[in-house]
Amino acid sequence: MDFWRTQDQEALQDGIRSFCQGRFPIESLQPIEAAGGRLDRAAWRDLAGVGVFSLRHDGFSITDSALVFEELGRALIPGPLTATYLAATHLHTVLAGADSGERIVGLAQVAEPVTMAEHLLDLDSLLILQGDSIAVVDPNSVPTQIVERPLDPLTPVHVILSTTGGEIVATGDIVRQWRREGAVLTAAMQVGASFAAIDLAVEYAKGREQFGRPIGTFQAVKHMAADMLVKAEVARAATYAAAVNLDGNGDDDLDRAVSVAKMLAGDAALFCGKIGIQIHGGMGFTWEVNAQRYWKRAVVLDTHYGNSEMHADALAGSM
Amino acid sequence: MDLRYTEQEQTFRAELRAWLADVLPSVAPEPHRDDWKNRRAWDTGWQRMLFDAGYAGINWPKEYGGRGATPTEHLIFLEETERMRAPYVGMNFVGLLHAGPTLVAEASTEQKAHHLPSILKGDHVWCQGFSEPNAGSDLASLQCRAIRDGDDYVITGQKIWTSFAHIADYCEMLVRTDTEVPKHRGITWLILPMDAKGMDIRPLRTMEGSTEFCEVFFDEVRVPVANRVGDENDGWRVAMVTLSFERGTAFVSEMLQSMELVRDLADLAKKVTRNGATAWEDTGLRRDIAHLSGELDALWSLTKRNISEAQRTGFVGVGGNVFKLAYSELRQRLGELSLRLLDRASLSLDDVHELPTGKHIHGRIHALSIGIAAGTSQVQRNIVAERTLGMPKDR
Repeated sequence: MDFWRTQDQEALQDGIRSFCQGRFPIESLQPIEAAGGRLDRAAWRDLAGVGVFSLRHDGFSITDSALVFEELGRALIPGPLTATYLAATHLHTVLAGADSGERIVGLAQVAEPVTMAEHLLDLDSLLILQGDSIAVVDPNSVPTQIVERPLDPLTPVHVILSTTGGEIVATGDIVRQWRREGAVLTAAMQVGASFAAIDLAVEYAKGREQFGRPIGTFQAVKHMAADMLVKAEVARAATYAAAVNLDGNGDDDLDRAVSVAKMLAGDAALFCGKIGIQIHGGMGFTWEVNAQRYWKRAVVLDTHYGNSEMHADALAGSM
Repeated sequence: MDLRYTEQEQTFRAELRAWLADVLPSVAPEPHRDDWKNRRAWDTGWQRMLFDAGYAGINWPKEYGGRGATPTEHLIFLEETERMRAPYVGMNFVGLLHAGPTLVAEASTEQKAHHLPSILKGDHVWCQGFSEPNAGSDLASLQCRAIRDGDDYVITGQKIWTSFAHIADYCEMLVRTDTEVPKHRGITWLILPMDAKGMDIRPLRTMEGSTEFCEVFFDEVRVPVANRVGDENDGWRVAMVTLSFERGTAFVSEMLQSMELVRDLADLAKKVTRNGATAWEDTGLRRDIAHLSGELDALWSLTKRNISEAQRTGFVGVGGNVFKLAYSELRQRLGELSLRLLDRASLSLDDVHELPTGKHIHGRIHALSIGIAAGTSQVQRNIVAERTLGMPKDR
């Protein structure tokens, strides 16, 4: 047993982190926000250029992919990252160009009380996930209603008014695997966003002075930061474990491992987002400080592939 | 990253399993918890069996009589002994996991030769004299005084939380040997024979009702200078060396017990009724049990991560503190769930009305101690915030 990153995995993750810091610094999100969250095609192609969508065809594992997606989550990179990755991985022939960044693929999961699609205006293909089937529809012809003011300005959303029609492109085992991988990669992004929220809050607490000293000297603040780290580290262990099991390198029940990861990564991202704002005090409630962006993304990601509570219920079903 | 066990690890497990299956039927039932004489015989007898089979000091270096097992093999050892309900380390705890490793790292050749074999064989039981009434979280402020007099130290003062002091043969002890220097620099680490004259050992009853904790009072107790480990006034460093032995395995047995407790709780919820249905049909309760069970799975993964880190680097990083913090808090919620589920039946410390209340209520009480023992959660949070996150000290 060796449940620690290999040297190759460390190099892969560090490489993607450097790429994200250079190509997607946190300041680069503001113009995207100003443009209503519209995606930059050149940036998307650059993501494809470093191999984000073609990892599996290039011989990388699901665990390697989770390490990469952790970094994408840390950088808050907007767009249908998991859907395009999964399309490139599992629907390579039907949706050619997903791997090279030429085709942006989104996915809407049919859900109650409402079915929503993200980044609809930038999609080349929209997948509709319902039960154990995935259909592909033309994003321009599906009946929708725009959401004028999305919660996360980096994640524009449309309500899908009709989820019928389209061509079924995947069923059964592929869809089951798609859901598992989608949940684990989302969990990895939630873990990354959690750690980014921690870094931001800790930096602020070191520099911000009140009562004549940095607020980071106060135990009340330290303990909040430590609690963030605890949630994020536990979620990370669960997420890596799920990924390793999906790669066939473990003996755990796959659905259980995936649910544990998604449940705890969802909890961690929401918690770290919330406490990150709290540590920033009044500034945390402003638009200009990035603390809020981690919380908003955490809300978005929690709704992907089943929220935390749904996965807790799935775990109950296995007991 | 790979969660599968290597061939060598699987062989280790298979051999251990076969040995346990062979010897466990010959182990007598566990004595009553207040029957100290027989408890000692039971704990040390099991230690002797481990010794004879080559499993004593599983993580100790081979040159000092240990098995020199890897952290993963240590994990497997704890997993298999717990699953097959072998006796727990019990009162051999301090000798095997604390004093012994410290002696391995810091003691003189004579001290090692005298003490290490007797710990491994279960001949000698050790206890720990570190905490004092006024030195808990702030351990370095300890005041129990040792004054040099010829070839002896003369000790006067008090220790507390000294588990098994009334049946131990030796005590690893921290004493104040210099009051004029900063607190960390005036401490010395001594081997105290428990039959030394001038000691008064009083049991300290816990809220669980158990009596292994003691208070120990010292009135001019003489300990030879030859019993000092490390230099005079260098005892804080010697004591801290012990912490660096942690390889992520500290809570493995606890964890496995908690995982079983949650499974039992789910089974119990499917049997007991409330509002005309089983408790399991109560969505809130069911979801909380499932959430806890998922968290335990995650902490099991974290344990494997910590052990793998130790195997790679020799040390456990922040994962050790993270585990302790998460586990302490989780165990409290697990205990609270037991009370919710059992409701009025939780008023009995023994099984009542064909319900397994004993285990669950004792577990609930036990949970209250985990966030206090071996560093309170508050101190752990300070450590995580300052050492890992680099937040500034308030001193």
